[in-house]
Amino acid sequence: MKVLDVIGPIMIGPSSSHTAGAVRLGRIARNILGEEPVSAKLTLHGSFSKTYRGHGTDLALVAGLLGMNTDDERIPSAIKIAERKGLKVSFSEADLGDVHPNTVRFELKSAGDKKAVVVGSSTGGGSIEIVKINGFETSFKGEFHTLITQHEDKPGVISEVTTVLAQYGINIAFMRVSRKEKGNLALMIIETDNPIPNGVRDKIAENRKIYSAIAIEPI
Amino acid sequence: MIDYSVASLVKMAKEKNTKISDVVIEIEIELEGVSRETLIQQMKQNLDVMQKAVERGLKENLKSTSGMSGGEGRMLEKARLNGKLNSGDTIMKAVARAMAVANVNAAMGKIVAAPTAGSCGIIPGALLSAAEHIKASQDEILMALFTAGGIGRVITEKATVSGAEGGCQAECGSAAAMAAGAIVEMAGGSPDQVSNAVAFALKNVLGLVCDPVGGLVEVPCIKRNAMGAANALISSDMALAGLQSFIPADEVIGAMYEIGKKMPVEFKETALGGLAATPTAKRFYKV
Repeated sequence: MKVLDVIGPIMIGPSSSHTAGAVRLGRIARNILGEEPVSAKLTLHGSFSKTYRGHGTDLALVAGLLGMNTDDERIPSAIKIAERKGLKVSFSEADLGDVHPNTVRFELKSAGDKKAVVVGSSTGGGSIEIVKINGFETSFKGEFHTLITQHEDKPGVISEVTTVLAQYGINIAFMRVSRKEKGNLALMIIETDNPIPNGVRDKIAENRKIYSAIAIEPI
Repeated sequence: MIDYSVASLVKMAKEKNTKISDVVIEIEIELEGVSRETLIQQMKQNLDVMQKAVERGLKENLKSTSGMSGGEGRMLEKARLNGKLNSGDTIMKAVARAMAVANVNAAMGKIVAAPTAGSCGIIPGALLSAAEHIKASQDEILMALFTAGGIGRVITEKATVSGAEGGCQAECGSAAAMAAGAIVEMAGGSPDQVSNAVAFALKNVLGLVCDPVGGLVEVPCIKRNAMGAANALISSDMALAGLQSFIPADEVIGAMYEIGKKMPVEFKETALGGLAATPTAKRFYKV
């Protein structure tokens, strides 16, 4: 581990997994929605559901949904700030199945009625993993620039996406495709070494077989 | 790729006739491709947040979100200033400051994870109190943080600093070892003495379990920060006095890791055993 990761990061306490990791989960869920959320239903699982009040996990998750960073001193007032900004938040506890003990499901809606359902885990030391988006199983940690597409499960779509990335000199580090059933809709996660500019994202989204393309920065 | 160990940091410092902090910075520039300016700048920010957390924890009556703890650092400082305590000023200053920072953490304030959030009071508490005693400059404290960081890096590469993996010995033990080594260098000790201080501090807490009540970073974590700060000062003094560790620091780190791996899962941040499973804990925190 780098010396500045050993002495650091600067963060709002009390816990790297239950506070800092929770802020990052909220931020990534917000970015996956791609618009300002106006409604957020949060379901907490395992250790998150048992200890969230004492660790301020609820405040941290909402702070992330508001776009705050892990060292933002407004985190303790995040729920009040959300109320002021018109973000409706509700919390419930449930068993989300065979997932990490620190897992949360976000059901988000924007003013423009855009929706996203994101399931993610805080895996320790502030690291996170997104395990489900809109019902599709997936896996990424938000450490890279990431392109998320929902597209028709048809031959050639993947290469059309990667061709655009190649044209702009964007190198792919990792990628993963998942689907619920054959020939219907698929979800693809592409993690890249280079930033994915809006223009590149829009060019990919022009493809009629691609229903949505979202580019998010490392969290 | 160099073998990142306490022994190699000591060896390089001796060969170049310099301090461990200088070696740590040189290696970081080489391994991570960062500039010296970036390293110094970010470490300065860390030091600034540490100092502000100490001030805040001593001044404000902070309550944790759960209500289990709050205000201990401030209470201790008041008693120290009233001359009511027996342990001596440098130690009790360190202990009060360590608890003050841990209080800030439990109250959702801004801290530096060093190496973790749960052990965040030990390095600022012990280092800043010792610095005040020997009248160290801000630059000397800054360099000592690199020594602490280098020791911590060894532990993360050869073992772990996570309570979930190695128990409290890995968190508060590592923080105390890092602080002890840093204080020795800041006080003018040799690289060998830094290494001895690391070994002492970690040996003192081998086997310590992580059994937080309700899984929260409060009971016993805040008081373990007090113990860690005192441990760091005692260990650095033993090293400065010339005492030698029979077991070298790297082997102590290895032993800590072995103990951590064999430690039952109930004692590794799961809140299933030890203090977390006592009747009082269960009454307060119905899981």
